[in-house]
Amino acid sequence: MDIDKVFKALADPSRRRLLDQLHRESGQTLTALCEHMDMSRQAVTQHLQQLEGANLVATVWQGREKLHYLNPVPLQEIYERWIGKFESKRLGALHKLKNQLEGDEDEKT
Amino acid sequence: MKMKKPDYLYVTYIATTPEKAWQALVDADMMRQWWVDPNAGCARVNVSDWQPGSRWEHRRVDAAATVDIVGKVVESNRPSRLVITWARPADAEDAAKHSRVAFDIEPYSDGLIRLTVTHDQLEHDPQMLEGISGGWPKVLSNLKTFLETGRALPKSASAS
Repeated sequence: MDIDKVFKALADPSRRRLLDQLHRESGQTLTALCEHMDMSRQAVTQHLQQLEGANLVATVWQGREKLHYLNPVPLQEIYERWIGKFESKRLGALHKLKNQLEGDEDEKT
Repeated sequence: MKMKKPDYLYVTYIATTPEKAWQALVDADMMRQWWVDPNAGCARVNVSDWQPGSRWEHRRVDAAATVDIVGKVVESNRPSRLVITWARPADAEDAAKHSRVAFDIEPYSDGLIRLTVTHDQLEHDPQMLEGISGGWPKVLSNLKTFLETGRALPKSASAS
């Protein structure tokens, strides 16, 4: 999936608000989502389409209702690419420090 | 029949074939290279013969091979759909306490597959619900990396 689409989808405050709503309660219908949005149903539909195109929202049909879910998998991929690798360096440094401190401990006993 | 809505629905697109994705989900030797639990600090594997009605176990890859999750295989339709139940080992015989996980693998465009993981029937178990919400995105992201790059996860990833 195109990572540009994910960042573009996240760049809009209304779309982030929709994701927050889905985080609070997953599996909502368009009608339920519209209740909290100060915009037309059509505008909400367009935002949802963009979020779905970026794979940030996944949908499932249940009878005649389309349910929307926050899909955090692309966010996890961004985390791993842009945050995880820096954190693993920091963890490496902590590991070294731990070894040094435990080495000192050994000398005392 | 009135269906309960799924508790979780996760979707990931992976540059691979349905057959390879299926293999990664059922072959313990492949799985140990990508199923790393962020909280446990070791790889995990799902072990079963994957026949409908058979048991499966979610085991730690360590000396004790601790079993954390068990369940039954409900549906096994290679390479497109695998459905299993999901429970704590203490609840293995109590079907009412099992939740359900479905893996759906569909061919998508441009050499991609679409993998959908649906976890439902969790309403009786808020604690499991909580644990799972952090777990699946990490596991699916690892699976994607493994299938697309062929690389096993570094040892350090399991310590984070």
